[in-house]
Amino acid sequence: MVMRVILTRFCGLLILGFGLMGVAFGDTLQVGFVYVGPIGDHGWTYQHNKGREYLEKMLGSKVETTYVESVAEGGDSERVIEQLASSGHDVIFTTSFGYMNPTLKVAKRYPHVKFEHATGFKRVKNVSTYNARYYEGRHVLGLIAGHVSKSGVMGYVASFPIPEVVRGINATILAARKINPDMRVKVVWVNSWFDPGKESDAAKALIDQGADVILQHTDSPAPVQTAESRGVYAFGQASDMSSFGADAHLTAIENVWGPYYVSRVKAVMDGSWKSSDTWGGLEAGMVKMAPYGPGVPSSVRKVADKAVADIKAGRLHPFTGPIKSRDGEMKVPVGSVADDGLLLGMDFFVEGVEGSLPGS
Amino acid sequence: MLILKPREEGSRLMLWLSPFFAVFVMWVFGGVMFWVLGLPVLEGLGVFFLDPLLSLRGWSELLLKAIPLALCGLGLSFGFRAGIWNIGAEGQLLMGALGGSVVALYFYEVEGFWVLVLVLLGGVLGGMLWGLIPALLKTWSGASEILTSLMLTYVAGLFLSAMVHGPLRDPDGYNFPESRLFSDSSLVPILWEGTRLHWGFVVMLVLAFLLWLVMSRHRLGYWMNVCGGSSRAALYAGVDPKKMVVISFLISGGFAGLAGAFEVSGSLGQLVPVVSPGYGFTGIIVAFLGGLHPLGVVVGSLVLSLTYIGGENAQIAMNMPSAVTGVFQGALLLFLLACRTLESYRLVWRR
Amino acid sequence: MEEILISGLVTIVTASCPLIFAGVGEVVTERSGVLNLGVEGMMAMGAVGGFAVAHISGSADLGLLASIVCGMLLSLLFGFFTQYLLINQVVSGLSLTIFGLGLSALIGRDFVGFSGLGFPSLFPDFLRDIPVLGRVLFDYNYVVYLSLLSPFLVSWFLFKTRAGIVVRATGDNAEAAHSLGIRVVKVRMLSIMFGGGMAGLGGGYLSVIYTPLWVENMVAGRGWVALALVVFAAWRPILVLWGALLFGGIAIIQLNVQAFGLGIQAQYMTMFPYLATVLVLVVMSKRSIFQKSPRSLGRLFFAD
Repeated sequence: MVMRVILTRFCGLLILGFGLMGVAFGDTLQVGFVYVGPIGDHGWTYQHNKGREYLEKMLGSKVETTYVESVAEGGDSERVIEQLASSGHDVIFTTSFGYMNPTLKVAKRYPHVKFEHATGFKRVKNVSTYNARYYEGRHVLGLIAGHVSKSGVMGYVASFPIPEVVRGINATILAARKINPDMRVKVVWVNSWFDPGKESDAAKALIDQGADVILQHTDSPAPVQTAESRGVYAFGQASDMSSFGADAHLTAIENVWGPYYVSRVKAVMDGSWKSSDTWGGLEAGMVKMAPYGPGVPSSVRKVADKAVADIKAGRLHPFTGPIKSRDGEMKVPVGSVADDGLLLGMDFFVEGVEGSLPGS
Repeated sequence: MLILKPREEGSRLMLWLSPFFAVFVMWVFGGVMFWVLGLPVLEGLGVFFLDPLLSLRGWSELLLKAIPLALCGLGLSFGFRAGIWNIGAEGQLLMGALGGSVVALYFYEVEGFWVLVLVLLGGVLGGMLWGLIPALLKTWSGASEILTSLMLTYVAGLFLSAMVHGPLRDPDGYNFPESRLFSDSSLVPILWEGTRLHWGFVVMLVLAFLLWLVMSRHRLGYWMNVCGGSSRAALYAGVDPKKMVVISFLISGGFAGLAGAFEVSGSLGQLVPVVSPGYGFTGIIVAFLGGLHPLGVVVGSLVLSLTYIGGENAQIAMNMPSAVTGVFQGALLLFLLACRTLESYRLVWRR
Repeated sequence: MEEILISGLVTIVTASCPLIFAGVGEVVTERSGVLNLGVEGMMAMGAVGGFAVAHISGSADLGLLASIVCGMLLSLLFGFFTQYLLINQVVSGLSLTIFGLGLSALIGRDFVGFSGLGFPSLFPDFLRDIPVLGRVLFDYNYVVYLSLLSPFLVSWFLFKTRAGIVVRATGDNAEAAHSLGIRVVKVRMLSIMFGGGMAGLGGGYLSVIYTPLWVENMVAGRGWVALALVVFAAWRPILVLWGALLFGGIAIIQLNVQAFGLGIQAQYMTMFPYLATVLVLVVMSKRSIFQKSPRSLGRLFFAD
């Protein structure tokens, strides 16, 4: 028993020592990042790492950043986050939903460290959450698809049936149906965030079944490539993927994290950091539309640009009622817009979506 | 040229010396590699191998990470010695995690020590049942257990995913794919206050000892060795090879299932889609690294655990890319094994 | 409907190629008595090497050649460890996978974000325009034909040539082969290299032809499936071909069924190829058609 107390004390001292080391660096702020994939995935993690590089560029010698890539979402993540916290990092960005509870657990033990968790919904005094309203961008994609699609069928290469993905599918078809009320979207789940071969196979299956616009919520550029070789259109995901299909690529929704990271780190520096929930879209610049490809006629560009401007100005909400689930249940009544709670936990498909969804 | 000559008997001296050789070679290799990549050599080695051992938290994490690795390796080593190739410990681990979670969620907010016992038993049962499928297919039709157990691993992963996206997800969790947090009665108590190390470590050690007893003293251990030798010898000795297949899979499945239950009720505290970063596969390496001997397996799990944690440390302290740590880890294992050759062979100069 | 069937068939064939290459290569390795579990790592190396060389040189053919070389180089490492240092094959193979995945990621860091070149079909357009058969038979590049041909070539080699008999003898009883004057280690090294080259080519096919790009972990478990197919095929190259087409076929059909909008939860759909492979194996094994592994498989050989 005594031994244990001594050990614990000693352990505490060590942690304290590391903490002091961090302080000893003076005005250099230590910023840590935890990534779920490799920075070479050209998707989710790649974009977060771009944000980190932007942070370094903007704040120069005032910050020192560290990242750990390919951290599995299981028991390993808590250790990595704690290792970052104990080695003197002042702010830690944990960039995957699966890090939510591990982040909270570590945050409890390191109250002086600030944590920022991406895509989660649980906050405490030293844990903020942040995410981007991709569905705003997807609304624009849906409008464009509604105009350029001849077959009236879109193909959606989807990863896992989580609310984030479901929301994107619904936003797309709702917008597309404003242009062409008969639009349909076929959904294929590949059960992976990342498998170029499988994503490409899924895109092929969708094209074979009449889809002439391919959308994706997986990370690799393979579906865009496939669309290019099969002569149909596609939208990029997470980053501008036009280099993978110059003709097919209509536009892409880019994830832009850099400015957010800069503002949060600056807030820590001047002491104004508070736990908050940021869910920024086009207006905040967290979602950005990539340049239009040659497949978007100028008339459609105008429509898309107007939608972007309207969303930015708050004149347009992609989830404006009436919205019915495909089972016929009224989810958003006429004249109102979906609240963030409904958006966050979206687990129903609207009319026009063909594909399975667990729990509905 | 230098050639290898087999020793009459395994060298006791080398048994103890070979790990030190390995460490030495590893340091040299690591140093050269860091040098080639333009990383600071001494600092790199220090961060990789020493830092985790210099803090008590480092030790606690090392031991924590070793629990699932050792459990998987222990269970597998029995079957491997009997010549039965269970490649699907990962799937059995996932089903164990699922089994344990189902129990934990069923007894949500029920008090009592027995809840945890049931959770762990649920894990063992889940792993055993999943392991039983390739075993029965093998005894019934002769289908190779290598293929069936590997394929069932993918099936287990997808089944767990379906469960956690569907019936088992947290009713208050905005439909995100994770279960609710287990109540305290389902959580494994912490062994070492202030760290994450839980009693699973002690359970693992006890099980390693029991397995050693079975392997060296019990009839099962004798059967195991006979089966591993040759099937004809097994027939003469009156051992039923089919029975051994089932027993081996029950043992390795049970161990892996327990590892899964410890992950969800120990370090995670809930069921999530990604329970294991491949412990079941790494367990195969651990089993062989430890020479299929329970004590060796426990040591092997610690070594592997160190390379994982060292790799993370190197990323944090030196911004070393994870790709480098992967290369390093693979090379380390090969060197460790190369040095173990010296136990049964000696180097001789021959022209 | 006809379009879907034809197109689906083409996808099945082209999606199965990496499995066929890697599987057929591994058959030869295992027939010589060596179990190399490092297929996933060798494929990753082939993928990155192939893409890198194709990207730099601008020639997809050179890229494929490089992928073979990369796979071989990694397998040489395996051969050195298992044949000369006499390390356990199972662990060497698994370690090789970790090593190969890490090394491929390290090499590939500078190649992320580039699109590869297209790859032309072997036959001229007019053949492809023949209704139905044209696309099913003539719409592939030469590598696809090579992959479809390779099981037959390797089968002929293993069962009809002297060299093939030597390989099989080494795998069935290394000691006996040795006493007959066969240089076991040399035969095994060559077989390992062949397996490595084929696995590398399988990886190169992915990154140079199928989805011409490089991203980390793009092999995504195909090496393991290839290993399973070798067991499935009972170490017969031609059965590897059928196994790969079965597995690839069900994986593609599953995606098509999803696109049709049947309401089965996606996770269960994705299980199908794995379950089907198990099921077919069980049925075949029940009839005890084969199931004979090379007897020295995985055992170390030491010539004194």
